[in-house]
This record gives sequence, C-alpha cells and structure tokens, in this order.
Amino acid sequence: MSAKDTAGDPGAALLAASCPVPAGEGETILLAHGGGGRMTQRLIENVFLKSFDNPALRELHDGAVFEVGGARLAFSTDSFVISPLFFPGGDIGSLAVHGTVNDLAMCGAQPLALSAGLILEEGLLLSDLSRIVASMQAAAAGAGVPIVTGDTKVVDRGKGDGVFINVSGVGLVAPGIVISPKRARPGDVVLVSGEIAVHGIAIMSLREGLRFETTLASDTAALNGLVAVLLGALGEKVHVLRDPTRGGVASTLHEIATQAGVGIRLEEVRLPIGEEVRGACEILGLDPLYVANEGKCLVIVAREAADEALALLKAHPLGRSAAAIGEVFAEPRGTVLLKSRIGGLRIVDLLTGEQLPRIC
Amino acid sequence: MPMGVVSFGGITKEVCFAYTPEVVPGDWVLVHVGFAISRLDEDHALEVFRTLKELGELGELDVPQPARGS
Amino acid sequence: MRFVDEYRREEDAQAFVRAIRARVTRPWTLMEICGGQTHTLLRSGIDRMLPPEITLVHGPGCPVCVTPLTQIDRALAIARRPGVIFTSFGDMLRVPGSTTSLLSVKAQGGDVRMVYSPLDAVRLAEQNPGSQVVFFAVGFETTAPANAMAVKRAKQLGLANFSILTSHVLVPPAIEAILSSPANRVQAFLLAGHVCAVMGTSEYGPLAARYRLPMVVTGFEPLDLLQGIHMAVSALEEGRVGVENQYTRTVTAEGNRPAQAVLAEIFEPCDRAWRGIGVIPKSGYQLRPAYAAFDATARFDVADITADEPKECIAGEILQGRKKPSGCVAFGTRCTPEHPLGAPMVSSEGACAAYYLYARAM
Repeated sequence: MSAKDTAGDPGAALLAASCPVPAGEGETILLAHGGGGRMTQRLIENVFLKSFDNPALRELHDGAVFEVGGARLAFSTDSFVISPLFFPGGDIGSLAVHGTVNDLAMCGAQPLALSAGLILEEGLLLSDLSRIVASMQAAAAGAGVPIVTGDTKVVDRGKGDGVFINVSGVGLVAPGIVISPKRARPGDVVLVSGEIAVHGIAIMSLREGLRFETTLASDTAALNGLVAVLLGALGEKVHVLRDPTRGGVASTLHEIATQAGVGIRLEEVRLPIGEEVRGACEILGLDPLYVANEGKCLVIVAREAADEALALLKAHPLGRSAAAIGEVFAEPRGTVLLKSRIGGLRIVDLLTGEQLPRIC
Repeated sequence: MPMGVVSFGGITKEVCFAYTPEVVPGDWVLVHVGFAISRLDEDHALEVFRTLKELGELGELDVPQPARGS
Repeated sequence: MRFVDEYRREEDAQAFVRAIRARVTRPWTLMEICGGQTHTLLRSGIDRMLPPEITLVHGPGCPVCVTPLTQIDRALAIARRPGVIFTSFGDMLRVPGSTTSLLSVKAQGGDVRMVYSPLDAVRLAEQNPGSQVVFFAVGFETTAPANAMAVKRAKQLGLANFSILTSHVLVPPAIEAILSSPANRVQAFLLAGHVCAVMGTSEYGPLAARYRLPMVVTGFEPLDLLQGIHMAVSALEEGRVGVENQYTRTVTAEGNRPAQAVLAEIFEPCDRAWRGIGVIPKSGYQLRPAYAAFDATARFDVADITADEPKECIAGEILQGRKKPSGCVAFGTRCTPEHPLGAPMVSSEGACAAYYLYARAM
C-alpha cells in the first residue's frame, strides 16, 4: 500500500484494519463502486491488488507493459455494461472495441489484436446481437485491429441487462516510448484532445428520470491513430497518456497526480466545453470535470514539446478542439488545483462514487 | 397544466409554465425542477455592470494592495 | 450561455473584490442561506478572495442536510415495501438514515428511482397503476411550488396511487431562530435569491427591522455573490438596516403570485424539526386537510418511526454558522463523504461536503 498523507484521507484509517473489506464500506457492492471515484479506488486496492499483487499490475495504468524476448508487449482488458445498448454515436459494441484499443494506445502501444467475450442474456434479440457484432467489426476495422478470438455465454433472463462485453487486447510498444503516470514532472503541460463530458451527457439524456432532448452523440472513437502521430513526432517527450472515462477529467488527473507524486493545476477558462454540455450540466447541477468521456485523451508532455503537440492534435480529425488546460508542478503533491473563471483557486478532489444531480 | 420547451444552450427540456403564464417564446426564464419560476428581466440583468461602471468612476475600484487596516 | 457567462468574468469579479476591500474598515460576519450559493462561493474560490476582515459562515441552506433522521428512516421503511416505487431528487438518495440510505435500499432490491421533477413522479404513477408511487418532497420555498403542483395534478387526475412524504423547510423562521439565539454572531444575511423569486421579499423586512441588520437578496453566479457581499458590507459600514435586492433580474418584491396561490391551496405552515437543530415553530409545510389523502406518512402508517441523531455530528452548529466544518473534530477523519456522520457531509451542497471537496487542504 503506498504511503499517503493521511490528513483528510479516509482510506488510511480503514485500510489499517485487517479485514479486506472494511465495515465502513458495507457488505455489498454498490453502484458507486463503479463510479471511478474513491470507492472504486478502494475496491481495487482492498480486494484486487491485495490478491493479484505483482510488478506489472502495480503500475495501475490502463494496460500492463512487460518484456517478452526483447520486445515490449502491452496487454489490456475492459468490460462494458452500458445501458441502453444503442445510443446516438455508437453502441455497446463500438464502445467496447474503442475502449480496449484506446487502453493499449494509452500505454504507448500499437494495438495488434483483440479478443471479444460476450455474455448474452436469454431473450436478447438476434437482430440486436447482429447489429452489435457488425458494429464491433466496423470499429475494429476502422482502428485497423483484428478481433482474433472470442467467447460467448448465455445467462438466464433477468441476469444480464441484454449484453455484457469484455474486450481484451495486445499491442507492441516501440523502443524509446515510455508512457507512465510516473513520468509526469514539474513543468510538463497537460493537454486534452477535445471537448469534455460529451459521452457522459449524451448517455445521461437517455436515462430514466433525467431525459432531455439533445443533438449530442457519444464521441466514442479509436484513438490509436492520433496517438501514433503524437508518438511518431515527439517520442519520449510524451510522458503520460490516459483516456478520462468514468470519473471524468478530474478523477483521471487526480489518479495521475497521486501516482506521480506531483501537483497539477488546471485553468477553468481553458477547458474546452461545448454549449450543449454546459447547458445540460447547468440544468442538472453537474460538474463537467467529473463526467465520463470517450474518444478523448489527456496528454502530458514535456514543456518544450507542448506547442507542437497541440498543433499535431488540432491537425487530426479527432483532435480539432484540443487545448492546453494545465500544468504540472512539484507541489502540492498528489493534488489537482483549479483556477476558476473568476480567478479563485480551489481543489479538484475525487468524488466518493457517482456524481448525482443537485436540486438547488 | 401549461407545458412548454426551454433551451439550455441547445439542450431542450419540457418544462411547466403554470407559474409564469406571462412568458412568451424568446423570453429567458429561471427553471427549477421542471418548472419555470421566474421571467428574467433583461434590463435589470445589466444593472450589475452599470454598478461596476459607477464604482469605477467613483474611484472605488482603485485600491492599493494589501487591504487597508489589515 | 446568456445570463450565465456574463456573471463569471474574471475582470468584473476582481473589480468587485477591490470594491469590497475599499469599503471594509472592520471585521464583519456574513451568512448565506442557500446550499447553491455555498457551492458557488467555494467552487469559484470567492471565500479565499475576500479580505480577511470578512467572515462568511454558511447557514442551513441545504434542504437535504436539514431533513431529520426520522423522515429519512420513514422514507426507507416505505421504500422497502413491495409494490412501492419510491422517487426522490438525486441528492437525497445518499443521505444516511439511522442505519442505511435509499441507495443501499436500491442495492438490496427496492424500487428506488431518481427523478428530475416531481411531475415525473406523477407520470410514473399514471404509467404504473399497480404500484404505489411515493415522492420524497423536500426543499425550501423554491421547490415547494413544484411539489404542490404535483399533488394538485395527482388530485385532478384522480390518482389513488400517488403520495408524498413531506419535509419542506422555510427560510424566515430559520433566520429568526439564528438571530434570536444568544450565541449569534451573524451581522448580515445574503438571502437565497431563488427562494425570494417565489416568495418575494416582504417576509424579511420585519425581521431586518426587529433585529436591526442588513439583508441582501442575492443570486447564484459568482458576480451576484460578490455584488451581494459588496452591498451587505456597504450597508454594514454605513450602519444601514433593511432589505436590499441584488438579484433584480429575477426577484421582485411581491414574488411569484401564481406559485404562492398554489402553495396556499395545497400546504399550510407547521412546526418542523431540522436535523441537528431541533424543532423550529412554523418552519415547515404540511398538506392541508383537503389534500391529506396524499400524505405518505398516513398512507403507509409510518408515523411512529422516530430516530435520534448521532452525538458526534455537530451538524446543528455548522448549520447555524456557529462552527466551520474545519472546526469539527470528526471532519475529514471519522466523518468524510464516504462515511458521513451527518447530513452536511452527505449532500453535495452541504457545507461540510463543499469544504471537503474544495477547500480542505488549502
């Protein structure tokens, strides 16, 4: 367990207990455990890391990188449980393929091959399954990565939400490329490849109880092409790559700051946020920094490469709205700060679980 | 129950207008939990900027740092 | 976005900060009463931009925070019943009762659903005639008209399967309770702009006159709060008392008459317990006899469920502005957003949660 400053850290006291799932958490898994915030973190630390501990896993990056016969392989897995299965901009199939392709890209790897494991619920329409599978193929072909193996299981009606998909993948990391959260260093610039919170808001608009009309579609996309351009031009000057999926930009940067032992300072006025996303966040009282993204990545580069990185991103179809949003500092360690639009300063912390809409 | 549509930066949502019957399309409203509860007065909306301008003219915005008395 | 972006410009905000510095000659303690305003203050970092002479204390402005344990335990009891669809605003789902929360009841199989508007709950009742739909009607005067309309609509539609669990709270009695306390240090109030959009400003004049202090009706954007603080500080420095209106683009002296009419038709004031504070006379709303059939407490027979507050939580002191979250021994250690001891830590608008999220390590 990594040593942390315990002031205000609820995890420390609980983790000192011998029980792997401390009583404070309750006895069951809650939806909040999947939210990407503190509870997700603690679940990983308390349950998974405790059992699976090994050097590759301890990096806790999107994928694991290890040496095999002189080459560096990247290996990643991602599971998708989204509801509804089909949404503007994509479906569970394209999301799953893009998800793992992106995880590999975030390791600095060129994706080579994917597997697809599907758990189908009894009663799922065959036409829906065909649609999803066709979408997976289109996504894979679009990314230039074949799906080479797979598995299917069927569960009883009522046990499955339609379809659950796991996609795993392997890739190759070129020599000289070292992408790791630990490489973030003071002076580095933080970039985002485009507008934030789009996917999360697009999905939320379909959710029971929160429905609103919008033209927003999920921005799910394969980022391996974009990443290849960046790495090809800038090589080891690219220090960290990560896609801010669940928990949003805030949670992802918080993780990186903690893993690297650095401080990150963002400027609210520089965050690229579209009008509709802002409107939705205003109605629901949501902070776009905590809303899930797809088809977007955070890039932390050496200061001297920042201008070129931004130009390369903007020249790519998936990076047109890219922006420099912040900087890495030595202090305060493990902390993300934000300079608000009006010039005030505040902390950007991890949420406990999911962000819920506010009424006031 | 009079219902209508409100746009928040392009996102549209159906909202109840029972409490703001005077509102016409094009107006700006304050929405809370699915109800329009107040019509925004555009003229009053600019007051804060007029105040800032006056404060500037009165020299109330030129304060040497740090604050007096601290 | 119009009427939003204009009130968030750095240059204008910094101008007001300088104007406030120019006026201040002595220490002053101000209180804001709305959770949304607390949120803006901390999120924009305004609290740290103000001159040190100004102390901002956060009042009991989060309706979720002040909902007593008893009401939550009743909600949980109802939500656990088979055949019930229990609906609520998002924030209420996480608040712990004596043992558990609505989210946990959902995890254990209860049909608990988040809604954006109380009208969504009425619609659910129409669509699910075989279920009893219950709506957790919390909120200040801003939300009460929406909750009232839901009941009115349910009656119009002749729905036998819709009811509400009320936990409304009213601002003026809370202000009176704070001002009449011998321990009070608050010298000026920033009044909740949206509450006043509904109720108008007439209730506050007598309070300001009786207790001799300034009150400024204030909006929610950073510039609104800074102007409101500037107006309050100016009044304090000049020894002026009474109610002023910063939020004129939304608030008029008489407020929203159609909303007030529906409120008066459906609800009547009653004594109400505030979590961590106790009973404040005539500080809540209950259904009038003509609408009593829609009261979930009676329909589900949960009136004898009562609960005691945990001793360690100083929510009452925080909610009345007598202590800051950072002054609580449990803050950030035994009481955190993951395992809150009290409501101000649970609700994302609560003062403790706002401090924990935005201001803790600074």
